[in-house]
Amino acid sequence: MAKILKTKMVPVPSKSIVPERDIDKKPVLECHNLGIDFGGLRAVDSFDLTIGATEIAGLIGPNGAGKTTVFNLLTKVYQPTRGTILLNGVDTAGKNTVQINKMGIARTFQNIRLFNNLTVEDNVKIGLHNSVRYTTASGILRLPSFWKKEKYAHERAMELLSIFDMQNLGNWKAGSLPYGAQRRLEIVRALATNPSLLLLDEPAAGMNPAETADLMETIVKIRDMFGIAILLIEHDMNLVMGICEGICVLNFGKVIAKGTAEEIQNNPTVIEAYLGKGQVQ
Amino acid sequence: MKTKTMKINKSHKFNSFDFITYLFIIIAFIIVYFLLSGGKLNNQQVGWIIPVCCYMTMAISLNLTVGILGELSLGHAGFMSIGAFTGVVSYIAFSEAIPNTVLRVVISMIIGALMAAIFGFLIGIPVLRLNGDYLAIVTLAFGEIIKDIINCLYVGFDSKGLHFIFGAFSKKTAADLKLADDGIVIINGAVGVSDLKLPSSSIAETIRANAKASGTKIKASVAKLEGNTVMFIIGAVLVLVSLIIILNFIRSRTGRAVMAIRDNRIAAESVGINVMRHKMIAFVISAALAGAAGTLYAMNMPTLQSTKFGFDTSILVLVFVVLGGLGNMLGSMVAAALLYILPELLREFSTYRMLIYAIVLIIVMLATNNPLLKNFISKICSGIKSIFAKKNKKAAVADNISGGDNNG
Repeated sequence: MAKILKTKMVPVPSKSIVPERDIDKKPVLECHNLGIDFGGLRAVDSFDLTIGATEIAGLIGPNGAGKTTVFNLLTKVYQPTRGTILLNGVDTAGKNTVQINKMGIARTFQNIRLFNNLTVEDNVKIGLHNSVRYTTASGILRLPSFWKKEKYAHERAMELLSIFDMQNLGNWKAGSLPYGAQRRLEIVRALATNPSLLLLDEPAAGMNPAETADLMETIVKIRDMFGIAILLIEHDMNLVMGICEGICVLNFGKVIAKGTAEEIQNNPTVIEAYLGKGQVQ
Repeated sequence: MKTKTMKINKSHKFNSFDFITYLFIIIAFIIVYFLLSGGKLNNQQVGWIIPVCCYMTMAISLNLTVGILGELSLGHAGFMSIGAFTGVVSYIAFSEAIPNTVLRVVISMIIGALMAAIFGFLIGIPVLRLNGDYLAIVTLAFGEIIKDIINCLYVGFDSKGLHFIFGAFSKKTAADLKLADDGIVIINGAVGVSDLKLPSSSIAETIRANAKASGTKIKASVAKLEGNTVMFIIGAVLVLVSLIIILNFIRSRTGRAVMAIRDNRIAAESVGINVMRHKMIAFVISAALAGAAGTLYAMNMPTLQSTKFGFDTSILVLVFVVLGGLGNMLGSMVAAALLYILPELLREFSTYRMLIYAIVLIIVMLATNNPLLKNFISKICSGIKSIFAKKNKKAAVADNISGGDNNG
């Protein structure tokens, strides 16, 4: 069991809690009463969440609780039926996935979605698409701006890959990487889009304990390096309890508990949701 | 270790496979040039050259849509026909304004490409909202629509300018164009273009006239050869320019985004790539190049009907692309050249010609999917690559010695 992080959590006006160091900064994400219905099914209902500017937050819950649906709502893969999402204080109503990414949310996927036929470096460069810009014409005509920007994109891609020590894999096909490396590459690609909030959907899935420990360190490192907030879905409780400062527990589309790792571990509702009644005496 | 990092650092500047593609095509063109200008080819073989250039361009432009964008297009001949007919119209319309034939052909090609690009954009608006099989069927439909529209189109040219009429709903003839006495009918409905004076013979005439003016005499056959050679150079330049445009596009920011959409649309959206926009850019470039190829094709045909650019031609080009390898430009060009020439060579089998052609296609498809053969080819490729890599390594080592201080 990893040691539990001691971050003092303080309440903010919207009744949510953020880490003490973020109290003066605007929360990166505020969801109010967020919900979506699929036909008659309330997949997510009255979901409230506030994430501090440099917080590592966890979203946990049993299978089918609606965690990935929340991610899809935040990135507007689904348009929410109810509620508002404020990103850095800006309402995201009516925006699409592309605009949301430009506004500062980047994500990874539960089932890895890389550009398999492209090289590792190109995958990261695609992440840099909106930050390193030149026109199509200058790309075709190989104008000076092409060379300058491509050189910069290459350097930046290598720099980002070096976070995970992957700079030597630049010429590999993304599809031929080992599983763990593919997960890491997805994170690098998301980071390349220069987000203020990074959503990680089960980043440790399929990793062995040593790799998970590495990943935990790297997630904290990423937060410190980039000064961004991270929201992660994870079933590996060692990882969640080890690095998440605020944890939100979801069951049947509803938030059943919120708090620090310690509070969540001792919360009877959470234990019931995971283990069922009767087991706990 | 140091040499390795140096090699990686240079990877964005130099792609060995692109280099092989350019090298192969340029060498092939030089060989053809010497064969042609040396008079080593017979009349039939000379006749293949321009269509081969044209189909090579068609193949790589369709490969951009099918291999790079990843959407099956079955109406590519439609853009070719727009380019062909627009090209012929502007070639005739500019015959007084631009007396230089070569320049006129090039300008006609550019106009043909622009027109095809405009239609590519208009057709792309509804088509690119679809995916997969649906997109393929709709492109097929648009290809047929373009064919039928041109089938009803009458275009004439006189001193007042261009005259158009569209005779789909009532019986019209070329007389309804109401041309002045000096007018000529360029596109005559279903009859299409007839009696086009080919640029190659115009060039030949100019050469003879110039020679006469300077007091020497040139044989008609020699002048004709010169004309064909000039047209071949135009065709070769078109192929090379198309190749440069496509390869540079693929290795640029936009091209990467297009390939990202092909590989995983959802992930591409999640990193902020505007899917519709990038699909459109690739589709329009592809259409424009097909238009230029169509103009070149028309410049080699004294008569031309819109039915030439039907479903058959689209499928023919698709066969080049699939056989050459999706996304593999060199393969498409080689396949285009071989598969155009093959049926011509088989003419002596008369009625069995297409049967043999089909059997050859099947054998080639089976052979290229054979794992043994694939291994063999990849071994050869890696052998070639290692030769290039050695050269690079030497250069990298040299670089390292001179720039070693910077690396610490």
